[in-house]
Amino acid sequence: MQINEYKPLIVAFCCNWCSYAGADLAGNNRLNYPADVKIIRVPCSCRVNPMFVLRAFQRGADGVIICGCHPGDCHYTSGNYFTRRRMALLFSMLDYLGIERERTRVEWVSAAEGAKFAATMNDFTEKVAALGENKRLEDLRCKR
Amino acid sequence: MQKITREQLIDKAVSLLSDGTVECVLGWEKGQFDYDITPAVFNDENELRENFVWNDFCGANFSKYLVSKTRKCNGKMLVFLKPCDTYSFNQLLTEHRFDREKVYAVGIPCEGMADIDKIKAACGDGIISIDASGDKLNVHTLYSDEPISVSAESVFAERCMNCKSKKHVAYDELLGEDGDVIESHRFDEVAEIEAMTPDERFAFWQNELSRCIRCNACRDACPACTCEKCVFDNPNSGVENKAAANSFEEKMFHIIRAFHVAGRCTDCGECSRVCPQHIPLHLLNRKFIKDINSFYGDYQAGAEVGTRAPLVDYTTDDLEPGEVFERGGDNA
Amino acid sequence: MQRIGVFVCWCGSNIAGTVDVQAVSDALKNEPGVVFSTNYQYMCSQAGQDIIKQAIAEHKLTGIVVCSCSPRMHEATFRKTAAAAGLNPYMVEIANIREQCSWVHKDMPIGTEKAIILGKAAVAKVNLNTPLTPGETPVTKRALVIGGGIAGIQTALDIADAGFPVDIVEKKPTIGGKMAQLDKTFPTLDCAACILTPKMVDVAQNDKIRIFSYSEVTDVKGFVGNFDVTIKKHARYVKEDVCTGCGLCTEKCPQKKVPNEFNLGMDNRRAIYIPFAQAVPKVATIDPNYCTMLKTGKCGVCSKVCTAGAIDYKQKDEFIEEKYGAIVVATGYNPISMDKFDEFAYSQSKDVITSLEFERLTNAAGPTAGKLLRPSDGKHPHTIVFVQCVGSRCDSCAQKGKEYCSKICCMYTAKHAMLTRDKYPDTDVYVFYIDVRTPGKNFDEFYRRAVEEYDVHYVKGMVGKVTPEGDKLKVQASDLLTNKQMHIDADLVVLAAAIEPDKSARPLATMLTASMDTNDFFTEAHPKLRPVESPTAGVFLSGTCQGPKDIPETVSQAGAAASKVIGLLAKDKLTGNPCVAHSDEWMCNGCSSCERVCPYGAITYEDKEFRMPDRTTAIRRIAVVNPAVCQGCGACTVACPSGAMDLRGFASSQIMAEVDAICK
Repeated sequence: MQINEYKPLIVAFCCNWCSYAGADLAGNNRLNYPADVKIIRVPCSCRVNPMFVLRAFQRGADGVIICGCHPGDCHYTSGNYFTRRRMALLFSMLDYLGIERERTRVEWVSAAEGAKFAATMNDFTEKVAALGENKRLEDLRCKR
Repeated sequence: MQKITREQLIDKAVSLLSDGTVECVLGWEKGQFDYDITPAVFNDENELRENFVWNDFCGANFSKYLVSKTRKCNGKMLVFLKPCDTYSFNQLLTEHRFDREKVYAVGIPCEGMADIDKIKAACGDGIISIDASGDKLNVHTLYSDEPISVSAESVFAERCMNCKSKKHVAYDELLGEDGDVIESHRFDEVAEIEAMTPDERFAFWQNELSRCIRCNACRDACPACTCEKCVFDNPNSGVENKAAANSFEEKMFHIIRAFHVAGRCTDCGECSRVCPQHIPLHLLNRKFIKDINSFYGDYQAGAEVGTRAPLVDYTTDDLEPGEVFERGGDNA
Repeated sequence: MQRIGVFVCWCGSNIAGTVDVQAVSDALKNEPGVVFSTNYQYMCSQAGQDIIKQAIAEHKLTGIVVCSCSPRMHEATFRKTAAAAGLNPYMVEIANIREQCSWVHKDMPIGTEKAIILGKAAVAKVNLNTPLTPGETPVTKRALVIGGGIAGIQTALDIADAGFPVDIVEKKPTIGGKMAQLDKTFPTLDCAACILTPKMVDVAQNDKIRIFSYSEVTDVKGFVGNFDVTIKKHARYVKEDVCTGCGLCTEKCPQKKVPNEFNLGMDNRRAIYIPFAQAVPKVATIDPNYCTMLKTGKCGVCSKVCTAGAIDYKQKDEFIEEKYGAIVVATGYNPISMDKFDEFAYSQSKDVITSLEFERLTNAAGPTAGKLLRPSDGKHPHTIVFVQCVGSRCDSCAQKGKEYCSKICCMYTAKHAMLTRDKYPDTDVYVFYIDVRTPGKNFDEFYRRAVEEYDVHYVKGMVGKVTPEGDKLKVQASDLLTNKQMHIDADLVVLAAAIEPDKSARPLATMLTASMDTNDFFTEAHPKLRPVESPTAGVFLSGTCQGPKDIPETVSQAGAAASKVIGLLAKDKLTGNPCVAHSDEWMCNGCSSCERVCPYGAITYEDKEFRMPDRTTAIRRIAVVNPAVCQGCGACTVACPSGAMDLRGFASSQIMAEVDAICK
């Protein structure tokens, strides 16, 4: 039976070395989080171009979260420091344009933090679900 | 009225041409009206005497033109730079966009440029000619025998009202006197928008950006947008579009454009000057500048050659993206 | 158009328990490019891999998607499978439907729906995959060790032992480093020279090792396996190959008033000198700042007395260019300057000394021939105060000293205190400390002996002020345990100065594009798992240039660095990671943004002539990525405004295709 309840669509960019492994650990430990979260693997959080974030919103994502190694632990030494600056500015700009700030997030999740990964995804999905559909940024033409 | 005269500039250009210092001159060329002035390359004295202009409508920032024009010039090119143009000049040098050796830069003072739309609003249409005397502009129109006089300051372009610097940060030679960096109020308007509710902000920008006709004038005039090929023109970039098909694409274009120049934008204001739809695009760039200043310490792009732009730099204790909203003030 | 095969794994019931694998393989059959789709119990098993191989051959597949466990688990497996079937291994993508789907979603319809979407994203990506081939670069089988202290010596010996030639570059006239200046070593109290100098001789006699002493590295180009290094050999005005090290010149030189740096300026040497008796190479060096002949052209005594004819006043700096496959940084440390710690009266009294000076004062080859005498009046001190943590563990706000713990001071201070009490039982010895840190084999036992057996007065608390008064040093301190102020009339105060990386390290790091922390210690490629490698491939770290450490730790790290170097030099060719950045030269602006975010220095610029669309030619500056150096993080791809920079294997178009597939 189909429950006609609003399900948000969450795109999660995870760096290969920490956060993607953290997500795997959440799986190993069978820590549930909503299936609305779909993970895209990137080598480093610094690979995430603001264009990818906007593209996800354009195609109907309701929330975008970027996960990387904790500052100082980047596999590539400095990648997440650049992520931090880029996303800080991008998120601030989206807020300036009146886009709900709960729709974007950066979270540092290490390979050992399976529980944090699941908890983060639960929390983020809940917050995004509370906002409802992403009407402000999405491209209505592409929505089915 | 500008303190330096057209004749002084032409004389300078002619002397540099004749002694062989420069091969050509990048200057302002008169158009059909006194206010539609375009950048042009002048090759000799005749061309200069005939078509070169210098008045309150010479807003165009020449720095960007050096990227393509110096490639076509074998010798040196003379360029006249107003104080705000020199910041773009330095920024482009930082980014290795043109060869400093191929440019002879003459810094010229600027008393502020006029905004023709403000003049039209004050004096009506049918403007035949405009001349300046003292701090007044005399506007001759079809519909009035007597010229209408307005104070130059009242019709300043926005960027000149909020002028950030009368100081030249780069030049080979300076005509007239150099000024100082100014404590401007250029971030006040950004702060006003920040203070709105999210709904108000969204409505504000929806109203502004929905007017965009994607003429790309902002991009084409911007001295930071000097890419050989813009991502929006690149079929492989995934975001290629020639015209915005919907409100998302309008926003996407302007967000990405502002992001790409973040930390590199000198706040020269060309984007807003050239926008035919009068979208206050500088408010996007200034938001980034304001954020950069408050998050990572004051940074003026182009103040010096060779500085590291904030987005290609970091410190280990930068603030977290989640903290920007707390830092941004009580604009929830 | 690709011909894609989809293989959905059940993983027994791990996936099939909550994901309808048949539905997934059926759904993906209709995706663009997919020509074959199946599911099987264990795709990673031999039988499963055979299914994949067979399908590649039968359906002429150009790409495959395996919906299975995490790529961190079996991506390598399936890449090998593909390669075995003649398909480029980089045409494989994994959809993670176990860890990120079946194991976290309990409901079958929900799990199945998500698995299909993840599969679609992988198919969308594979559609844009291109075959990638890792590049190969040859390896120059020679190592360079920068720094000739115990770290550099041990690394060089170990590398040479494996049969590879090694060059040591040392800026001082002799190798040996700080350890050569030490007296005894904790916790065994064996003499530093006795265990170091045989190693120095081993270095000198090893035909695989060349020593460039009195030299420094001035330029480094190239990358892992292929470094081009320029070494500047300073003129020492003595022919190294002729000098016999007899030392006659150093006795006859009339310029006697040169502060002897080996004894930290506590006595004098001549203008021509051999730093110490066991120096390697044992060759004299003329100090051009003091030599009368070099300064005024008059004197020439050394030349006259030298029977070997080794003196050459006209000698010039020499530049040597050499190729190396690996570089080991072993630049070591120095005690910090005491300038900012004048509360301890270091500049006011000769009897306030640093611990390294104390080492020289107790060393038999030192300025006092090993007798502990006060520098001011040569009298035997009766009350000695040791102050620990001078400049270590400082508050960051204090704007002086270092925030970190220098690690070695607790132990050497215990050693100094113990040795003093052992040799001179009539002295009173106080040690002021914040904490006594003694982790290490036999370290705490050693410290307890100092307290219990040798009656050293350990006082928890800091010295507030030292005031010279007459021939005494008034020491004002607080005892935090009894909460009392203490006043001690000391004869000698010894400051355990913090240690900091050698000043030469920072410019060297720039040359090597190796990263450093805020304290100028070199950073490791990974703090836990790759502690002796720098993030820059081919650059390794040995000793205190990476962080404070004692001799045993230094030697073990030196050995570890050597083994990494040997592992690298043992290869004839280096196979790169093909998932690296590359720049489209037509779109590149040459703006340097990418270079500035590259942690590896993989990006350089060249001026290239282009035929422009308007039929003119233009010289444009463009970025070039060295695929042997790039590690594929992708930082540059976002820094690049024009999108000229892209990452193979994770191209912007591929990631966007995944985004689109997920959001559709």
